[in-house]
Amino acid sequence: MSEVTTFNEEVLIEEQGYDDHFHEHHHEDKYKSSFIFKYIFSLDHKIIARQFLFTGMFWAIVGSAMSVIFRLQLGFPDESLAWLKPMLGRWIMMNEETGIGTLDPQFYYALVTMHGTIIVFFVLTAGLSGTFSNLLIPLQLGARDMASPLLNMLSYWFFFLAGLVMFFSLFLSTGPFSGGWVAYPPLSALPQASSGSGAGMTLWLVSLTLFVVSVLLGGINYITTVLNLRTKGMSLWRMPLTIWAFFVTAIIGLLSFPVLVSGFFLLIADRSLGTSFYLSEIFINGQALDYVGGSPVLYQHLFWFLGHPEVYIIILPAMGIVSEVLSVHARKPIFGYKAMVYSILAIAFLSFIVWAHHMFMSGVNPFISNFFVIFTLIIAVPSAVKVFNWITTLWGGNIRLNSPMLFAIGFVSMFISGGLTGIFLGNSAIDIQLHDTYFVVAHFHIVMGVAAFFGMFAGIYHWYPRMFGTFMNETLGRIHFWMTMIGAYAIFWPMHYLGMAGVPRRYYRFDSFDAFGQFTTMNEFITIAAIVTFAAQILFVINFVWSIKNGKKMTTKNPWLATTLEWTTPIKAGHGNWPGNIPTVHRWAYDYGKDGKDFIPQIMPLSEKEKAEEVH
Amino acid sequence: MWIGMASITMMFGAFTSAYVVRQAAGNWLEFGLPNIFFISTLVLLLSSVSLHASYRSFTAEKVKFYKPLLILSAVLGIAFIVLQYQGWLTLFSIGVDLKGNPAGSFLYIITGVHILHVIGGIVALLIGIINAYTLKFKVTPKRKINFELLLHYWHFVDLLWVYLLIFLYLSR
Repeated sequence: MSEVTTFNEEVLIEEQGYDDHFHEHHHEDKYKSSFIFKYIFSLDHKIIARQFLFTGMFWAIVGSAMSVIFRLQLGFPDESLAWLKPMLGRWIMMNEETGIGTLDPQFYYALVTMHGTIIVFFVLTAGLSGTFSNLLIPLQLGARDMASPLLNMLSYWFFFLAGLVMFFSLFLSTGPFSGGWVAYPPLSALPQASSGSGAGMTLWLVSLTLFVVSVLLGGINYITTVLNLRTKGMSLWRMPLTIWAFFVTAIIGLLSFPVLVSGFFLLIADRSLGTSFYLSEIFINGQALDYVGGSPVLYQHLFWFLGHPEVYIIILPAMGIVSEVLSVHARKPIFGYKAMVYSILAIAFLSFIVWAHHMFMSGVNPFISNFFVIFTLIIAVPSAVKVFNWITTLWGGNIRLNSPMLFAIGFVSMFISGGLTGIFLGNSAIDIQLHDTYFVVAHFHIVMGVAAFFGMFAGIYHWYPRMFGTFMNETLGRIHFWMTMIGAYAIFWPMHYLGMAGVPRRYYRFDSFDAFGQFTTMNEFITIAAIVTFAAQILFVINFVWSIKNGKKMTTKNPWLATTLEWTTPIKAGHGNWPGNIPTVHRWAYDYGKDGKDFIPQIMPLSEKEKAEEVH
Repeated sequence: MWIGMASITMMFGAFTSAYVVRQAAGNWLEFGLPNIFFISTLVLLLSSVSLHASYRSFTAEKVKFYKPLLILSAVLGIAFIVLQYQGWLTLFSIGVDLKGNPAGSFLYIITGVHILHVIGGIVALLIGIINAYTLKFKVTPKRKINFELLLHYWHFVDLLWVYLLIFLYLSR
């Protein structure tokens, strides 16, 4: 163990920091006036971060409970689901003679659709970016708050409203939208196409439009804060990788979500104004409709122009969190800091020119496919750079194997195994066989579903003390990790085999296909693994809620001995984050194990020796 | 503000590229743009000029000029919308409607969404006018920034329309 530096943050900040005259203004009252303004319509970024986290967790429970229900259907199609009747009501169809209850096929599709929509948008976009961008951007940059606290609050409340509308749609008598989370026309464009395509789809569109407003308001704020509110000495190249990731994520979101909205506008026009952007010569119930000349592929282009950047909107914040957690708990500087930043930028750029790899089988020109294959495979390069750097950061580190670290390492594992199958799917020729099979399901669940969740868990365990002043229970955390790690692989690994054999996704049951009969036991296995993994998440929620009041108290400001600024604020940081001056930054965020010291915080001025080195 | 403009630009970029893609697919109705669209362009450009002049007189503390110019800009903005609507009526009378050929549908949607953005600008302008007449005249940094933001947005919406017009004109 190297020598532990002794210093006093408060003295350092007072001596080195600078006075921004923050406390001379008397706006404290506005923030602390009453319960409603302190905790509900709060303008403080730390409270808003918690609001995003709680709402995200609520949706995560709803979304994953849905997946358990449709997994029950897939694993045990002949078992009675009558016990779900009290919760799902008439979506369980009862056979009067035998008393066996089966899931309504229409509702099965609705569950699959809602599972996708909720997890992708509400949990992994709002829950992940919303929570950690809000919490960490001001704290790690040394800012009093976001650039516009008002827009920040509105961002949360638009998200809340979007969630409310979506939640309401779950209880419609015709059911929520059921045409898949991508909402391809004609199922999404014709209200008479299926029972979920009427009111359910309308609410889906309203909800997601509100959601986009929330993302844009949040994104404008994050970008402005990063560009304008960095503290003295915090140059762009001294920012922690978390901030780089959130910053680039916000830029991607800002450029891609408006395209989705324009796609939605055309869809709304098709639905309610009678235009034919996406519809052409179509028959319903033997009746020809008077739509002429539209093309559903146009919607796919517009959707995936958002849809592909969206997966990086999900994974980049997780990557940033993991980089930070790995470095802190391995007690080593992150390997290849600049390479990490450049690979984030490269991924962000490439994410905009690969969207048609979701459409190889939609009838796009095969020559154009070649272009998209090449760029898709090039994304493997910056991704591999990141994986290499994470592993070399761990190499020879003084590793603390606690829950945040376990989840960060688990993220790297998931990202590798999910990323490799991406290389298969990126080839348009192999995609002919694998398209819309369980191979695709396995790929994206591992690489962006489970991996992003792991990043989120790593972040929650790591910054929990910063948010609540207590620690989560470590034993429960480790049990949670191992159950989730093994459970997630047990769910998704077998799906690769299903997919290679051609088992299509989104089917209600497979027993009428002879070719897939051999997979009955495998499907049962997957379902059991899914239930176990779901139980582990319940354990996490219990641990999370219980620890807020009863967890081990945080006694020092900097329990992980990290270098970044968020650990220099008081344990119960009020509005404005620092009681006195704002800290000044003298060095980058990753001075671990330097000059015989375990770590040197960013607020520590350069020593004489370092100054001499800098001159050379 | 610049960031918001970038995202609006992306949205219209999506519309126009969708237009190109759809046009390449064939079955496309060709028709001339109504002349009234060119008049409305002129009106919108004039409103930009008058707003700019108003901003100049505001910073030069010429109270007499800046208020009427502000109102003139708003009136010209409203005139633009009326003219666009007249353009729609002309289109409708020559048989180009929303529901028929996608060429027409695109035109209505693109111009319609642009009008929504102009309305947003007019609302901001009206707030500016109300402030100009109710508050005491004083050039403070904050009011200067607000005025600048309004000005930039108005120019942006203006240029956006010029781009859309050129696009629609050239790629019929």
